[in-house]
Amino acid sequence: SITGARRAIQKLTRVRVVDNSALGNTPYHRPPKCIHVYNKTGVGKVGDKILLAIKGEKKKALIVGHKMPGPTMTPRFDSNNVVLIEDNGNPIGTRIKTPIPYTLRRREGEFSKVLAIARNFV
Amino acid sequence: RVSSDGKPPKFQPPPKPVIIDRKTQKEERRFLSPEFIPPRGRTDPLKYYIERKDMIQRRKVFNIPEFYVGHVLAVTTADPYANDKSKRFVGICIQRGGKGLGATFVLRNVIEDQGVEICYELYSPRIQAIEVLKLEKRLDDNLMYLRDALPEYSTFDVNMKPVPRMDHEEIPVNKLQVRMKPKPWSKRWERPKYNIKGIKFELPEHKMKAAQKWSQPWLEFDMLREYDTSKIEEKIRKELSEELEK
Repeated sequence: SITGARRAIQKLTRVRVVDNSALGNTPYHRPPKCIHVYNKTGVGKVGDKILLAIKGEKKKALIVGHKMPGPTMTPRFDSNNVVLIEDNGNPIGTRIKTPIPYTLRRREGEFSKVLAIARNFV
Repeated sequence: RVSSDGKPPKFQPPPKPVIIDRKTQKEERRFLSPEFIPPRGRTDPLKYYIERKDMIQRRKVFNIPEFYVGHVLAVTTADPYANDKSKRFVGICIQRGGKGLGATFVLRNVIEDQGVEICYELYSPRIQAIEVLKLEKRLDDNLMYLRDALPEYSTFDVNMKPVPRMDHEEIPVNKLQVRMKPKPWSKRWERPKYNIKGIKFELPEHKMKAAQKWSQPWLEFDMLREYDTSKIEEKIRKELSEELEK
């Protein structure tokens, strides 16, 4: 990849879709990019919702891990990971193989379905 | 010798002299954790003294084993959001930073093709146990280049059993030369500023020579940057041994 400095996820960051949905895994000549972050600041951290542009479509997604170092004792991943989501919060895929931070459990009410399909926790 | 009951006395071989040189060997290698040494500056040494007292208090309650960069550790932390309220992470220590109570170490592992790094605080009360699984020093003090190396060099089995320690005196140095992914890397590791010996550079000769342009050979002779820690270390070692014996 071309980017050097590690920031959290903002507009035009290329992300990696981590679940096993068809949209996320079929190859396309452009990588999925973030177009909007649903946040007061335009910077998305773990647990924030963003709008992705995948295969010419707009889809909402949940950030599961980023390259930027966060608070101590939280994991830092080597790639910006994202899980595709519907507007009501239901995940589109059925399984998440990559590890997910335990801090997402804090918001069990919103993300209970995403946490249910996750396999590994870090 | 006087024979007992008329029978010849049983032959008793003389006791073998057992030479135990523990004292000399113990004095040669004593490990002082790097976060005890105060950084160079003009702050009042009283501040570091008080911090050291707190660090010793914590060490009395919780055992922090001796480890260097390159060891494989398993850390169990307390977490309200985990099953059984505690979680365990296994990884190789790539960096030890910070001084005093804020000392940290970063563990790296590759789980399901995803590289994960966690920065732990040594003296955090959330840490419940630190186990050293593999004792192994590497050629460098900072293994940050493992992020740009092939993932096989950072993968460690989560259920790895602790490797039994052979000698009580020496820690083996692993002279592994790591192979890197193709460039670009997160930092230009071939530059002499990082002084890395643990990478097998497969770059062409002219690039290695061009990297030497950034070398600053005068830095090691700079007298204003000198920081001799031997006397400070002796004092701190005495303090530590006195306090821990109490």
